[in-house]
Amino acid sequence: MLKRTIPLLITALAGAILIVAYFSPATTNWGEVVTDWMNTLAAVAFILGGGNLLFVNLEKISSRRAGWAYAAVTLLAFVVTLTFGIFKIGAVPNPQFPATPWAGDYESVRAPFGWVYEYVLSPLTATMFAMLAFYVASAAFRAFRAKNIEAILLLGTAFVILLGRTAAAGILTGWIPVDGPFAILRLDTLAVNIMQYVSTAGTRAVMMGIALGIAATSLRLILGLDRSYLVSD
Amino acid sequence: MDRRWIFLAMMLAVGTPILVQLRPTETAGPLSKATFDAIEAMPEGSRVLLAFDYDPASEGELQPMANAFVHHCASKGHRLAFLALWPLGAQKATETVDTILKPFHPEYKLGTDYCMLGYKAGNEGVIKVIVTTLLQQFPTDASGTPLQEVPMLKGVANIQAFDLIINISAGYPGAKEWAQYATSAYPDAFTLLVGTTGVQSNQLYPYYPGQMEGMLVAIKGAAEYEVLVNEKYGKTKAIAEAQAAMRKSSGIGESETQVPPVLQEGQRRMGPQLIAHLLMVSLIVLGNVVYFATRTKGATR
Amino acid sequence: MSRPRLVWFALFILGGIGLAYNAFVRPHGMAQVFVERSEKTYIEAEIAPPIGAPKGEKPTTKWLASGDPALADGTAVAVPDQARVVVTKTDNVAPRIARERIANGEAAVSLSIIDSIGLWIAAFFTLAIFSFLWRDNPVYKFAESILVGVSAAYWMTLGFWATLVPNLFAKLAPETVKAWSMPSLPVDADGSLTPFFLALVPLILGLMLLMRLSPKGGWISVWPLAFIIGTTAGLKFVAFIEGDLMAQASNTITPLVALQDGQLQLGDSFGNVVLLVGVLSVLTYFFFSIEYKGRLGTMVGKVSRVGIWYLMITFGAAFGLTVMGRITLLSQRLEFLFGDWLWIIDPANVR
Repeated sequence: MLKRTIPLLITALAGAILIVAYFSPATTNWGEVVTDWMNTLAAVAFILGGGNLLFVNLEKISSRRAGWAYAAVTLLAFVVTLTFGIFKIGAVPNPQFPATPWAGDYESVRAPFGWVYEYVLSPLTATMFAMLAFYVASAAFRAFRAKNIEAILLLGTAFVILLGRTAAAGILTGWIPVDGPFAILRLDTLAVNIMQYVSTAGTRAVMMGIALGIAATSLRLILGLDRSYLVSD
Repeated sequence: MDRRWIFLAMMLAVGTPILVQLRPTETAGPLSKATFDAIEAMPEGSRVLLAFDYDPASEGELQPMANAFVHHCASKGHRLAFLALWPLGAQKATETVDTILKPFHPEYKLGTDYCMLGYKAGNEGVIKVIVTTLLQQFPTDASGTPLQEVPMLKGVANIQAFDLIINISAGYPGAKEWAQYATSAYPDAFTLLVGTTGVQSNQLYPYYPGQMEGMLVAIKGAAEYEVLVNEKYGKTKAIAEAQAAMRKSSGIGESETQVPPVLQEGQRRMGPQLIAHLLMVSLIVLGNVVYFATRTKGATR
Repeated sequence: MSRPRLVWFALFILGGIGLAYNAFVRPHGMAQVFVERSEKTYIEAEIAPPIGAPKGEKPTTKWLASGDPALADGTAVAVPDQARVVVTKTDNVAPRIARERIANGEAAVSLSIIDSIGLWIAAFFTLAIFSFLWRDNPVYKFAESILVGVSAAYWMTLGFWATLVPNLFAKLAPETVKAWSMPSLPVDADGSLTPFFLALVPLILGLMLLMRLSPKGGWISVWPLAFIIGTTAGLKFVAFIEGDLMAQASNTITPLVALQDGQLQLGDSFGNVVLLVGVLSVLTYFFFSIEYKGRLGTMVGKVSRVGIWYLMITFGAAFGLTVMGRITLLSQRLEFLFGDWLWIIDPANVR
């Protein structure tokens, strides 16, 4: 009852309210309230995530598992940043309320929390994603083989986009007149048209397929046919 | 072959053009023009909602767009409200205000001409609520001022009161969600313009022009849009004055007004882009040459 | 010494020499941040209600900067026994201007040690992540561990201050929150603040969700989870049907013969035909998974084949754009290293 029936009812009710709220203007307000609660829960989920990280790493350290020193580094970084943030340490006073330290701006680069963002978090995330440029290059060299017509189409399009979206287009096909009958063969024009028509057609069909899939999954959840999330212990 | 050679080649392909400051010229394509025209067409003083849904991981592509969007809107005298669905997006918004709005639009005052709504948790749930009621999600702005006391938001019940939504998007939640929960749900209420990363742009094309009136795609889109904006607003009076003040205090600098370098970031990045794309194409061709050469060799043996 | 070690060693020595040269021999060095500090005094002042305001309206108090014109013209009067608050304001100054101003003897402008160290730390972390290209190593792992810890804390802090405090706590205990961290919370007409008890629901659901952290009470967290799943399902059901199914179907229905001012637009017409054929053939490939036999089967098979070609072009375009994006991110990082840190390039002409 407590572990299965009530959760199923909650899911059904929450989902139904949002769908009804869409169709009936009189109930729009219900939809807002329910969504607002969910948004608050999303913020609680961040705290849950932090708590989880804390426990996992504490466990790693106390059991001296392989790599526990890195767990200690993570933990230290977590605790220090969190202390700076939650306690608004060194926050820049709010000009409207300079006498209320808790109203201060903790995200300014002049506050320790903002400093950590600027000089630690920002370069780390940015570089992490920049690394993908190297791996995509290596993968392209190893994996892309023009074995059949499908692969040739894929590679050909990739070439047109890669060349057509840079100055290479002008160097290679810039001599073709813009308003002549062969203008479509200019790499830049070709790239634009492939994106706007051919690739859009493919993506649009994929989107419609996915939309049907998501709608079906959502209905299954709301109607209680899909109960996989109930298995918690 | 050790793949680290490929890594080295990529490092050089991107690094060298930066060092020699290679910079090809850009001409705007149809999507960037549509984006530019949509902002141009709006009457002065229109309310614009700027959603900064990205973080430092994508700032290479998206910051140039953010800079150009803010400069363009402010040059047109639009009133700007910044919000973020990504936790780090609010920081990017503050940075953009500091680098663009404050130096080049000193007349812009917090509260009357622009306001910072800050970040809210909840992803698309936030959009879903603010399309009908703004106050429920944003009782105050980022600094704690009640929204009723923010002059530019007087009488704003929900974001349908905004004339334009500009979304700078690096993924979920972002452009797709704005298209689904704002423009698809209220087709007549919203005009949506999007600046997006290359990675997700493919999935956004189908929304143009039905749900989005314009879209800047990857760094190329940013560079094209910069060209359009700078052509008209690259040397405004405020920019000239800021540069004159700098010359006066330091005694150095060009004697003529220049388009500020921060508004040319996108165009600068097209240099490394060119060489790196050529490298990518060569790598794929080379990989195939090696593959077919070894295969025919294997077949004849 | 093994070969990789030798390579590392050589790299470090070369890098060190290069850095030392860059920092000490080149005219303006590298990686410096300059700031200007100024002090601003704030005074709590009483502002009389505007002329024409209803009788009995109380004056409001507000903090004003000491140079505020309202204080000079008498519309605002400083509260008598109130202590003044002095706030130090710090602004970045471009290095070239900063050097000039320091040379002119301006004491307010100085090198910001904390920010300059920050730049070095940022550069260290950038290089630490790049070091993974050579191979996995402790320096990379260290940087990665820091990233995990800092981002979790960052998200948690923002969840707390940007959402929980204004959207939950301020609704439940407005008086307390107003006194604590949100002094500008609006008061009701009678000067009091009314709690909003419906906000107890997300509070309870939130506490139940946190029970996930306890070893025994985990099952209770299924309730809020069920709520989140139900809400998300309801939201997505409507959004995807409306925005991705209906809207996309309607976007596809465009005139196949495009006219503008009565003139046939050959390019647009052709494009629209290509688009329609594409959408239909890909959908055929997705939905009609019959055996490609017989007359109908062969036809479906042929259309599906066209659909696959469309998909391949779509994937090719997606690949091209992905590569494009990743390269930009790399060039931004190298710009940081060459520009902000090493000061080898100066596109903004400020150093």
